[in-house]
Amino acid sequence: MMIRHHPNDATLLTYASGGLSTALSTIVATHLGACPSCRASAARAEQIGGALLSGVEPVDVATSVLDRIFDRIDAGEPEQEPTTAPRFGHQGLPAPLGSLLPEDMDSLRWWPVGPGIRQARLGEGEAAVRLLRIAPGRAVPHHSHGGHEMTMIVSGSYTDEIGRFLPGDVADLDPDVAHQPVSDAATDCICVIATDAPLEFTGWVPRLMQSLVRI
Amino acid sequence: MLRVIRSRKPRVRVCMRAILTRTSDTGMTQDAALSINDLNGLLARVAGSRSRSAFRELFSHFAPRIKGFMMKSGTSEEMAEEIVQETMVTVWTKAAQFDPAKAGASTWIFTIARNKRIDIMRRVNRPAPDPEDPMFQPDPPINGEDFTQSNEDQVRVRAALEHLPPEQAEIIRLSFFDSLTHSEIAAQLALPLGTVKSRLRLSFRKIRSALGDER
Repeated sequence: MMIRHHPNDATLLTYASGGLSTALSTIVATHLGACPSCRASAARAEQIGGALLSGVEPVDVATSVLDRIFDRIDAGEPEQEPTTAPRFGHQGLPAPLGSLLPEDMDSLRWWPVGPGIRQARLGEGEAAVRLLRIAPGRAVPHHSHGGHEMTMIVSGSYTDEIGRFLPGDVADLDPDVAHQPVSDAATDCICVIATDAPLEFTGWVPRLMQSLVRI
Repeated sequence: MLRVIRSRKPRVRVCMRAILTRTSDTGMTQDAALSINDLNGLLARVAGSRSRSAFRELFSHFAPRIKGFMMKSGTSEEMAEEIVQETMVTVWTKAAQFDPAKAGASTWIFTIARNKRIDIMRRVNRPAPDPEDPMFQPDPPINGEDFTQSNEDQVRVRAALEHLPPEQAEIIRLSFFDSLTHSEIAAQLALPLGTVKSRLRLSFRKIRSALGDER
């Protein structure tokens, strides 16, 4: 995977601080799995957390907390692990997205949102992300992003004002940047879109339709 | 849930310099008590010989700091102690995974506490890359002194934090102590999202240049 487009530093810093939404963190973590240089940046940002922790004003902790910890250690309490064993490598992307995406993308429930454009939902609650599937040669209407929104290419490719985006590439655009991605490969361009707000499918369709008719 | 807890208690504004240079009752800087090497050594003893006395020392250093860190965002004392407990249990069980060549003890423990806070507050595991994944791109070979977090490094990060302009220090604080998203910071400070992102980028760049990273 030859990655050309990366999350920006503000995003990596916030991934490290713990402030990134779960959905955005899923995209960043997947990118980090494929990109050692962004991983090094995120590790640098974690050093800020380490420095803040070491310099913060200590607040006394009840001694019972240490007793409870030793009780748990003595009881051999197992670490809580995620319930589902991760599956790796679907769609050629690293975990966590690689393990979330199905082997067969057609098994998802896709519904049309515009000419040659379909969307599907992946995951639940805070972790939910949106999948967008653009037929070859089709364009997503010219639009900008209200909040913090990130896109990762899963398959196919698109080209917009910024450049060409291939699988593993991340579009992490500033809010004032408007773009018009055009699906430019022989197959559908499938991408994952995440935001730092809870996913509202009802809100998004009208927004896309609005930009279609350029309100 | 995070928001409810935050709104209950008005945030106390403390300037970054005060946070970083506060001294204990003895008049000695807290960190002078244990150096990074001391802390790394204690972690090595916990990992190697399952030393409870080493763990006690780690607890008395870190538990009050983790609690203080968490309470900066207005998190209740009870919740902060729960995060302390979960974090320190993980420090015990995962001590063998601590690699001083990758991060200092404070940074490693910061990342555990950050993840526990997310697990507890959002009831969802923080998405992270998985080095076991076949699609995971391993780090390039390290050349010599490349990424060892030394005492010097931590001093540099803290000095760089102290010298940030107030508006950048404020944003770092909201990101790390309060783990706010970009949009939440923008709303809280009544700033455009783009300004929040550029301040985060700028402050990160300053800290990285203090660490001698080429950017």
